[in-house]
Amino acid sequence: MKLELRGITKRFGALVANDNVNLVAQPGEIHCLLGENGAGKSTLMNVLYGLYQADAGEILLDDKAVKFAGPGDAMASGIGMVHQHFMLIPVFTVAENVILGHEPTKFGGRLDMQAAREKVREVSAKFGFEIDPDAIVGDLPVGVQQRVEIIKALIGNAKVLIFDEPTAVLTPQETDELMAIMKQLRAAGTAVVFITHKLREVQEVADKITVLRLGKIVGEADPKSTSSELASMMVGREVDLDVEKSVAKPGKPTFKVEGLSAWNHSGTKVLDDINFEIHEGEILVIAGVQGNGQTELTEAIIGMHGKTSGSIQLDGRELIGKSVKQVLDLGVGFVPEDRTEDGLVAEFTIAENLMLDRSDRKPFAKGLNLQLGYLKQFAQEKLKQFDVRAQSIESTAAQLSGGNQQKVVLARELSRELRLFVASQPTRGLDVGSIEFVHEQIVATRDSQIPVLIVATELDEATQLGDRIAVMYKGKIVGIVPSSTPRATLGQMMAGISA
Amino acid sequence: MKQSKRTPIALLLMTIIGAWLFIAAPSGLTTINISTDSDIFKLPDFGVNIALICASALAVQVAGFVGSAYLVLARNRKTPRWVVIAFAAALVIEILVSLFAGKTMTFTSLLQGSLALAVPLIFGSLAGVLSERVGVVNIAIEGQLLAGAFVSALVTSLSHNLLAGLIGALIAGALVAWVLAVFAIKYVVDQIIVGVVLNVLVIGLTNFIFSTLMVSNLPLFDQPDRFPTILIPLLGQIPVLGPVLFNQTLIVYLMYIAVAVVYFALFKTRWGLRVRAVGEYPRAADTVGINVFRTRYLSVMIGGALAGLGGSFFTLGQVGAFGKEMTNGAGYIALAALIFGRWNPIYAAFAALLFGFAENLQYGLAIIGSSVPSEFLLMLPYAMTVVAVAGLVGKVTGPAASGKAYIKS
Repeated sequence: MKLELRGITKRFGALVANDNVNLVAQPGEIHCLLGENGAGKSTLMNVLYGLYQADAGEILLDDKAVKFAGPGDAMASGIGMVHQHFMLIPVFTVAENVILGHEPTKFGGRLDMQAAREKVREVSAKFGFEIDPDAIVGDLPVGVQQRVEIIKALIGNAKVLIFDEPTAVLTPQETDELMAIMKQLRAAGTAVVFITHKLREVQEVADKITVLRLGKIVGEADPKSTSSELASMMVGREVDLDVEKSVAKPGKPTFKVEGLSAWNHSGTKVLDDINFEIHEGEILVIAGVQGNGQTELTEAIIGMHGKTSGSIQLDGRELIGKSVKQVLDLGVGFVPEDRTEDGLVAEFTIAENLMLDRSDRKPFAKGLNLQLGYLKQFAQEKLKQFDVRAQSIESTAAQLSGGNQQKVVLARELSRELRLFVASQPTRGLDVGSIEFVHEQIVATRDSQIPVLIVATELDEATQLGDRIAVMYKGKIVGIVPSSTPRATLGQMMAGISA
Repeated sequence: MKQSKRTPIALLLMTIIGAWLFIAAPSGLTTINISTDSDIFKLPDFGVNIALICASALAVQVAGFVGSAYLVLARNRKTPRWVVIAFAAALVIEILVSLFAGKTMTFTSLLQGSLALAVPLIFGSLAGVLSERVGVVNIAIEGQLLAGAFVSALVTSLSHNLLAGLIGALIAGALVAWVLAVFAIKYVVDQIIVGVVLNVLVIGLTNFIFSTLMVSNLPLFDQPDRFPTILIPLLGQIPVLGPVLFNQTLIVYLMYIAVAVVYFALFKTRWGLRVRAVGEYPRAADTVGINVFRTRYLSVMIGGALAGLGGSFFTLGQVGAFGKEMTNGAGYIALAALIFGRWNPIYAAFAALLFGFAENLQYGLAIIGSSVPSEFLLMLPYAMTVVAVAGLVGKVTGPAASGKAYIKS
């Protein structure tokens, strides 16, 4: 089935998320929709899937105009979607998830689970998935859950299948397998729309590339384009994809983690005997697929994790058992993975956010009084130094873009006397320009002879930024390797196979 | 994964209670009467030796505790459910025999009274199950019960038609639920606050109409007929269970059906799958074309109607008149039963029966003039519940989206 979007425009208040967008996806073709975070890719696909109503424009299937009042209509017309955040119910079985919305029933509205299982087996067999229809979805690994999403879309007889940022949660191996599935779908005559911002993936599977920037179609790109050509189209200017970094000059190992284990509140071990050390002037990247203990590791270092055992030493002083405040006072800078949730108070002004950790001491406070004059001066200085684009220091954090929010967090954390710098996914969801800036700041911090710990989920970032890479899998460190280690080896380590 | 030490600790605490009962056990007998006039064959009253019962119960408890502690600590395994059940049964028997020391315990009427107290609780917990399973927290069960009690009394008094009264109760409960749903779903108001406000509103409204209208002419407005009890042939003649379960009013029989139907509908039908999907992850349900709002309204209102029916049991099943605030917190106990019963209609019904039994025990003891202070007895069921929920049920997770409004982007 041929899909065509003609002149789609979607506004949210004053923001134009999609501006007169045209797109054609042919059967038996993988059409990549490339764009940065916030370029309007997901909005466009949600319009197509009936989740949003377009303000202008039309959708055509096989040259006939269609109108979707909701996702049900889109599905009935043969459009399927594999969502970025899986639309699966964790406590349901695979079969229950797959049939939801078009359940086979027996007399009296009774569910026909036997028929449901058969359907799951049928589609699984066609693609060589081995999925137990009675498994509880929440117990399955993320990669398998994604296959359940695919089965769910295919069972509705999808002729057009949209993949919305499908690789964000996958290991490199799982990504390769997903690419193979897309090719299989293409061979079967499905029109595949693949939304992503990862250039490597685009180059591997795309038959056609459409680039979206700030809600507008910038143009089509040749599938044989180089990475930097694609990147400049996506960003709108020349970009340097490599991190500028001199050779590390490691000093003494001042940060040591020994035998660190941690448990979550239901008693499950989330960190299992973690050992590593970081030298002054060195970046250690913790790589791995999200949810393998990285969050818990950074929380344990900062003193936020509940139940821990083992030892974390900075300059010979034990951090375990210390409060967050004590840890920060020992010179630890921390950039949490969720800016808006943990890094900033969204409703506070930039200035207030900049003094969150030091509002109790000189020169920000004298006795009980805040020194607002000094704060203003300090905030203005930092705004300039970190190139934060904001109307004023009185703007709230919520009003800032993701990149500028992250700059505020960095400005706060890097303006202390540091002995260790920890940043968890510091570039998540940022535009290319901000990513460059954040990388520069991290490298500069390293070059001032501070040990740096970065959590990265994207392999490219890990290899470019890191001096050494520690790969985590299921709460353990699989191995610590130099950043020159081949991608394939790192990928295997991310799946738990030690090098 | 390491097993939690919670169960053995709870069992230890309860074993200590059991040991104390054993030490304090008076010598003598407790007489147990289990026959009623309608039974096919009569069983004679019999006496049991209190010390003997307490000793054997304590033995079961010690064995249960030691076994559980061994399994959890040494073998890292879960305590089997039958151990917990046997343990609890032993403790309950021990408590009962001790409390009725030297007196006669009429077991059948004890159970009959328990069921009567449990009926509104069971209907209420079904309302809670249907509401929370679809993602709306229903604190307004109390209001739904009270509205059902009030409207059924008024309608039946005026029309002299019991069925009209039942229908009135269904509509009244559904209406309260509808208000809850509108505020929770459409206006995205905090569901707990709406629920509490609704309860207060229904109390105020019924009190007001009662004092201004009903009291002026009680025979006209507040003297409904009552449902007669119907003895089901054969089933009703089974000793003990027969008179308890099968010599009841229509409302109670409707309750049996309601528990079974709600269970079946929730877990075996297409409708139920969609209800649970909406309560777990509304966006996922939306993306497969399920109408989240309609599903929520419908399920919440069916629940409200059932609670209304439960409310009619106060007036048409028991008292034969409406009284101010006559539900007396039953809605909140129903809420506890629903959580204790893990959002499952059948488990919730058993939890409600347990609460009904605990409450009735206190009346039973008051009648025989037990020496145990009534305030203590009043507290006992709830203290036991806290220990049971914390120690034996453990962490329960309700529907993931319960209490969260769904906002379509």
